[in-house]
Amino acid sequence: MPNLFILKFSTNKIIVRYVFSVIFLLMALLVGIALGSVSIPFYQIIMVILGKTVYTPFLDHVEPMLQNIIWNIRLPRVLLALFVGGSLALAGAAFQGFLKNPLADPYTLGVSSGAAFGAVIVLFFGVTIPLLGEMTLPIVAIFSGFITLLFVITFTKVINRQMAVETIILTGIIFSSFLGSFISLMIALTGEELRQIINWLMGSVSMRGFEYVKLQLPFFIAGILILLFNSQELNALSFGEETAKHLGVNLQTRKILILLSAALLTGSAVAVSGTIGFVGLVIPHLVRMLWGPDHKHLLPLACIYGGAFLIVADLLARTIIAPTELPIGVITALIGGPVFAMIMFQLRKV
Amino acid sequence: MLLQLKNVTGGYNDLEIVKNISISVMKGQFLGILGPNGSGKTTLLKIISGLLPASKGEIFLNERLLSSYSAKTRAREIAVLPQKTESAFSYRVKEIVALGRYPHQTSFFQTKRMEDEQIINEAMKQTKVFEFKDKFLHALSGGEQQRVMLAQALAQQPKLLLLDEPTNHLDISFQIGLLNSLKNWVKQKSLAVIAILHDLNIASLYCDQILLLEEGRQIALNKPSIVMEEVQLAKVYKTALKRNEHPIVPKPLITFLPTSDDGATRNIIDSFSISQTTEMMVIHSPVPFKTLSSAVLGAGFSWKRIFINRHVPKNYHYDDAQAEFNSFLTAKKINSAEVIGMMTAANLEKAVIVEKKESNFSLLVIVTAGLSNAVDVSRSYFSTETKSTIGTINTWVFIEGNLPEAAFVQALMTATEAKVKALHDEEVKDPVTQTIATGTSTDCTLISASQTGTHFDYAGTITPLGKTIGHAVYEATRTAIQRDKGEGNVIKH
Repeated sequence: MPNLFILKFSTNKIIVRYVFSVIFLLMALLVGIALGSVSIPFYQIIMVILGKTVYTPFLDHVEPMLQNIIWNIRLPRVLLALFVGGSLALAGAAFQGFLKNPLADPYTLGVSSGAAFGAVIVLFFGVTIPLLGEMTLPIVAIFSGFITLLFVITFTKVINRQMAVETIILTGIIFSSFLGSFISLMIALTGEELRQIINWLMGSVSMRGFEYVKLQLPFFIAGILILLFNSQELNALSFGEETAKHLGVNLQTRKILILLSAALLTGSAVAVSGTIGFVGLVIPHLVRMLWGPDHKHLLPLACIYGGAFLIVADLLARTIIAPTELPIGVITALIGGPVFAMIMFQLRKV
Repeated sequence: MLLQLKNVTGGYNDLEIVKNISISVMKGQFLGILGPNGSGKTTLLKIISGLLPASKGEIFLNERLLSSYSAKTRAREIAVLPQKTESAFSYRVKEIVALGRYPHQTSFFQTKRMEDEQIINEAMKQTKVFEFKDKFLHALSGGEQQRVMLAQALAQQPKLLLLDEPTNHLDISFQIGLLNSLKNWVKQKSLAVIAILHDLNIASLYCDQILLLEEGRQIALNKPSIVMEEVQLAKVYKTALKRNEHPIVPKPLITFLPTSDDGATRNIIDSFSISQTTEMMVIHSPVPFKTLSSAVLGAGFSWKRIFINRHVPKNYHYDDAQAEFNSFLTAKKINSAEVIGMMTAANLEKAVIVEKKESNFSLLVIVTAGLSNAVDVSRSYFSTETKSTIGTINTWVFIEGNLPEAAFVQALMTATEAKVKALHDEEVKDPVTQTIATGTSTDCTLISASQTGTHFDYAGTITPLGKTIGHAVYEATRTAIQRDKGEGNVIKH
C-alpha cells in the first residue's frame, strides 16, 4: 500500500523535524547560561540544574558562587527569554494566520504598545486590583493589549472591508505611536527612574528572577494550548473569513478564542519584559520557509524557535559591547527590520 | 427536497438586495442563477451558504431550518466554490484540499486519517489536480487554482455545491471540462449544484433549471427552453439578443446583436463582381450574405461572401467531394470558409442571369441547367438507380432585403415550385419513366439575403417578394433549359 508508506514516511520526517528543533533549543539554553561575564562549562550547568531539581549531591561538584550565577541569575533569565520569545512568536503566527497577513505581529499591530500602556499605568500609579494581587500587572497588560487589538481590527474594517495587508499595519502603527506618546507623557510626568523605564520599554529579560517566570508561565501555557486547539481553524482562516465559514469554522467562537489567546501571550510577555519587537514577525516567517505554513506544525515550531531566538538575542545584547548591556529590542529590531522589508518586497512581487 | 427557499428576502444589514425568492432544489439537479450585474446573484448565494442571514422567509435544508445547523454540520451538507480564493502563505495543493475534511473532523486528534487521505486523493483525481499535489497553489495557473479549490469543496463530500461563476478564470476547454464533470457528478453522486453563471449559452446547455434575477427579484424559474425567451432576456439584460437553437442538442442558444450604423444602401447586388470562365463562375459580394443552401460546400445556414458554381466533367466522381472541392479552392488560393460551392456538368457559358429591381428590394437569379439526369419525383421510386451522376439544375437567388429564417424556407419553396413549373412547361422528360420530370437528381438551390434594407416576414408565392422570385426563377430556368437543349438564345413565351 503506497499510501501507508507515504504516511509513514512523512510522519518520520515530522519527528526528525521536532527532534532537531528541540535539540537546537536545548543548545541555545545551555549556551545562553554558559556565556557571559563569567564563562561556565556545560557540565557544571547540567550538574546544578539536576542538583537543584533531582539529586542534591550533584551540587557538591560546583562552587556556590557559580551555583548562584547559574540558578538565580542566568537560568531565570534564559527561561524568561524562552517563554517571552515563544509567546511572541506564537502570537505573531496566530495574528498572521487570522488576518492572512504575513506582516502582522504583536508589535506591528500595536498590541504590544497597548499592553505596555496598561503595564505602565499599573507600574507608575502603583495600582493593585483586589484579588488579583501581583497578577494585576499581567492581567491589566493582557486586557489593554486585547482592547487595542479590537480597536485596530475594527478601525481597519471600517476603512477597508477587504482588510488589506498594508491598511492593517498602518492602523497598528498609528495606534502604536499614539499609545507610545501617552507612555512618554506619563514617564515625563513621574520624572524619576527615567533610564530604567526606557530600558524596560525597549525590552529586557535581565534581573527579573523566577518570580517573573512564574508570573508569565500560566498565561504562556493557556495561550499555547488554546492556539494549538485552533490550528486547523487558523489554516482555514489563512484563506479568508468566508472560506473558513464555508469550511464549517464557527467563526464567532474561534475568533474570540484566537484573538484572546494571542492577547494573553502578548500581554503577559510585555508585562514581564517590555515591548520586544519583530520576534513574532521573523520567526513564523522563518519556520514557514523551512517547513511550510500548516499551523499544526507552524505553531509549536514557532514557539520553540521564538524561544531559542530570544535567548540568543539576549545573549548578544549582553555580550556584544560588554559590560554595557544593549536593550534586547535593539537586537530583535536589527534583525526584524530587514526581514519585514523582505516580506514586503515578496508581497509586491506576487 | 434538498434545499427549499420560501419567500426569502435578505441582504447586508438593513439593505434588502434580494426580495421574495422561492426556489427548491432536489438531489441530482443543476440550478443556474442568471441575471445582470447587481441583480443580487452573489447575495442570494451567500444567503444560501449561510454567510448572510435571510431577513424574511425561510430556508430549509433536508427539511430542516438552515439556521438550526451549526457551522460544521452545515459544511458537511453545503460546499462553496467562491470566485477567487487566495492565501498570503504558500500552502501546498494537498494541504489545501485536506482542509475540506475539516467539517468531518470532530476532535483535535483525528481518528480517521486513512479514510480522510483516501477521500482527499479521490477529490484531487476527480478535478485532475492530483499531479500537482505537492506544488504550491500560487505556482499554478488560474484555472488550476480553481480546480484545487473545487477539489477542496468535493473533499467536504457535500450534498449541495454552490459555485460563484466557476468558469471565470478558465479558458474555454477547461470551462467545458469543468461543467461536464460537474454535470456527471450531479448524476453519479446525487449531488445538487447551484451555480451563478455569466454565459447564457453555458447556462442553457448545462442547467436543468434556471433562476433569472432582475434587481433582486425573481423574474423566472424554469427549464432553460422556457426561461431563455428572447423578449424576457432582452428586457432583463437590456441588450439586443436573438434566440437560436443549438445545432446538436435541444437547447436554446442566445446570440447578441452588435449595433452598427453602416447606413444600409440599396446597391449591394449591383456591386457584385461576377467572373466567368469555362471552369467556374464566381460571384464576389462586398459583404457576407446570409445563405440557405444545399451546396456541396457551405450547406445549411451560413454567412458567405463568395459563391462558386464549378464545372466538372460528367464522369466526375470522388468519394469525398467536399475534400476534393476544398483542395481545388486551395489551389486557386480561395479561402473555403467564405465560400458556397456547387458543381455542375452543365456548360457555364449557358448560365442565365436575371435581375429584378423593385421599389424596396433587388433580386438576382442565376440558373445553370444540365438535364441528363432529369427525374420525375412522383415516379422515381420505380427507378433502381441510386447513384447520382452529374447533371444538375443549380438555382441561385440573391435578395437584397432582410428575411427571417421562415422567409428563407418560403423562398426556397417558391423557387423550387417555379423550377418544377419551368420543367413542366418545357416538357423535360424523365428518361426512365417517360413522364414529365420535376428536376434532376442532384439539383442545388441557394437562397441568399443581404439582411439589410426592408424587412420581409414572408416570401411565399403570393407575397411581393415571392412573386418576383417565382417569376425570375421560372424565366431563368426555362431559358437555361432551352439553352441546354441547344435551342439557342430564343426565349419561347
